Amino acid sequence: MTSSETQNPTNGSYPPGTHPDLPPPSTAYGPVHWIKVNLFGGVTNTVLTLLFAYMLWKIVPFLTEWMFLDAAFTGESRRDCEATAGGACWAFIGSRLQLFIYGFYPEAQRWRVDLTFVMLILALVPVLYDATPHRGKGLIFACLYPFIGGWLLIGGLGLESVSTDQFGGLMLNVIIGVTGIAFSLPIGIVLALGRQSHLPIVRILCVGFIEFIRGVPLITLLFVAAVMLSYFVPPGTNFDLLVRVLIMVTLFASGYMAEVIRGGLQAIPKGQYEAADGMGLRYWQVMRLVILPQALKISIPGIVNTFIGLYKDTTLVIVIGRLDILGIGNSSLADSKWQGLSTEVYVFVALFFFISCFSISRYSLYLEKKLHTEL
Amino acid sequence: MKKLSIALAACAVTALTLTPQAAKAGTLEDVKARGVLNCIVNTGLPGFSYTDASGRWKGFDADMCRSVAAAVLGDGEKVKYIPATGKTRFTLLNSKEGDVIFRNTTWTFVRDVSVKLNFIHTTYYDGQGFMIRKSKGVKSTKELDGATVCIQTGTTTELNLADYFRANKISYKPVPIESNEEARKNYIADRCDTYTTDASGLAATRASFTKPEDHLILPEIISKEPLGPVVRHGDDQWADIIRWTVFALIAAEEHGVTAANADAMAAKKAPATARLLGGEGDLGKMLGLDKDWAKRAIKAQGNYAEIFERNVGTKTNIGLARGLNAHYTNGGLQYSPPFR
Repeated sequence: MTSSETQNPTNGSYPPGTHPDLPPPSTAYGPVHWIKVNLFGGVTNTVLTLLFAYMLWKIVPFLTEWMFLDAAFTGESRRDCEATAGGACWAFIGSRLQLFIYGFYPEAQRWRVDLTFVMLILALVPVLYDATPHRGKGLIFACLYPFIGGWLLIGGLGLESVSTDQFGGLMLNVIIGVTGIAFSLPIGIVLALGRQSHLPIVRILCVGFIEFIRGVPLITLLFVAAVMLSYFVPPGTNFDLLVRVLIMVTLFASGYMAEVIRGGLQAIPKGQYEAADGMGLRYWQVMRLVILPQALKISIPGIVNTFIGLYKDTTLVIVIGRLDILGIGNSSLADSKWQGLSTEVYVFVALFFFISCFSISRYSLYLEKKLHTEL
Repeated sequence: MKKLSIALAACAVTALTLTPQAAKAGTLEDVKARGVLNCIVNTGLPGFSYTDASGRWKGFDADMCRSVAAAVLGDGEKVKYIPATGKTRFTLLNSKEGDVIFRNTTWTFVRDVSVKLNFIHTTYYDGQGFMIRKSKGVKSTKELDGATVCIQTGTTTELNLADYFRANKISYKPVPIESNEEARKNYIADRCDTYTTDASGLAATRASFTKPEDHLILPEIISKEPLGPVVRHGDDQWADIIRWTVFALIAAEEHGVTAANADAMAAKKAPATARLLGGEGDLGKMLGLDKDWAKRAIKAQGNYAEIFERNVGTKTNIGLARGLNAHYTNGGLQYSPPFR
């Protein structure tokens, strides 16, 4: 008390240069000021603000009404829903939630899928965040994870075996998406480096592969995987369809990935290569220590773009007779008890994809910030 | 790059030309060795194939798959369903991913002859119709001049529509759509005056409306859509198995054999039913199956009438009358050749 009084005399006079800073005038800070500057600063801004406010006023109440307030959460059929509410019929999604998540995976074995999902998260954390405690052990676990996860899902060695035909719904999207993402990045890097190689055979092979993959739609490759490969392998060999699809999706994403990374490689000034060579580093040392860290950093937005595209493309498996989350939705809609609730299904599926893709996108922003890629 | 693709193309051509020799093993042996029937069905068509809340495939077509599996493998649940779109179904069959198509497939000349498929029998006689709001005051397709029509692209119905309106010299505006669900939405929103597709599909769609009684299915049926199972060319034994399994279901209706009384009827030893149910003769052996094959097929999902009534009949939401699909003794077209 006393000490503060001696420093801040109450009579209002300060020795020159010791007056504490006064708060800015109330017109220059605070929410009112922010609104004035950002929302109503100038004619264009004002018009746009009013326009958006009008749109929100039109959309938000309607959406909340439809999605929550006037929605039916229980019921046995569409008629039940319509009897109790005029909005969305979430009872439909609720009654089929298991199907949406696990597809046709045997009910008694679904804990294995749950466990695989949980372990996926445990394996991803040390890969994604370098501040994870015990990161070294975590990374070893992440390397072992594909085998553990595969064993858990397919079975064998003590577990009841489940055919991959029974995979479906959300788990199918996640399996294909995660496998494609995990393997397309390393393959893409190798292809990008191969494309710039001085060895003609390596270069020609890489260029040929990349151009072939990019010149063909994914749906065609999936079709080849599903129906054409059986012409190439000897009759009687049963090469699992899901594995074929995983390979095709990975190769497809790798082709695009290679070009994204090549963009990054070309952005590195020539002096970097020369300086690294001048230090006597070998080719792989140059790449690992000097070039790739910089090139990958630049390529992050492009890489993530490819990931998100790949993830959403997983819905294409319908063309080879596998039902992913969207396919399950369509086959459920044909149930005459529930027929006509397509909006609910599409909103639900869109929400799932939005959450997944938005998370990927946020992580990439975090990574970019951490690595300071901006100039 | 160019050389590579030429080499690839050469490989592909060689493999394709070699395949017919390589693929001689019979479908029956394949199915028995696999222990599962691979059945190609629709990705979702009300009453014909859809998944219930527990992920079980249901519907008229899905049940027929079970009947075949019961006849061949002894267990109606040993079916792997392969959902296919209209564009992929034949490829999946010809590449041997599937053993048989039960997917509301219209029997046409080109498909039978040029696409090299074998159509077995018409399990469902359908035809293309029109649905319209009663408030529009239209009583016949002849009064549809100038109407906007919701039509699924890439189907036989699209061609039928063009033919019919041209022949009757009336004009229309097509609203192209991709799926039944999309058509439903457009029709409800009144973006098209009328929706045309197979009459069974119209009935199913109308059943899903809040007020079905406000909508009229016009009396004219403008096309023939015989729907039935399909197998690959060149395996007559397998085609026979599918054909006679379907006939067994139809004959069972004729003889009053149902899922519930099949065992009792087999014990009765009336000549016609005894031959069908394996009490007499060795019809099953001639097919490459055992003598109880037909009994198992009937016990799995019931006879034709039971399958029809359970999935699309008048007591269901879809509410289709038997019509052309009635047994021939009731004035329909379902007729099984004799089992002898």
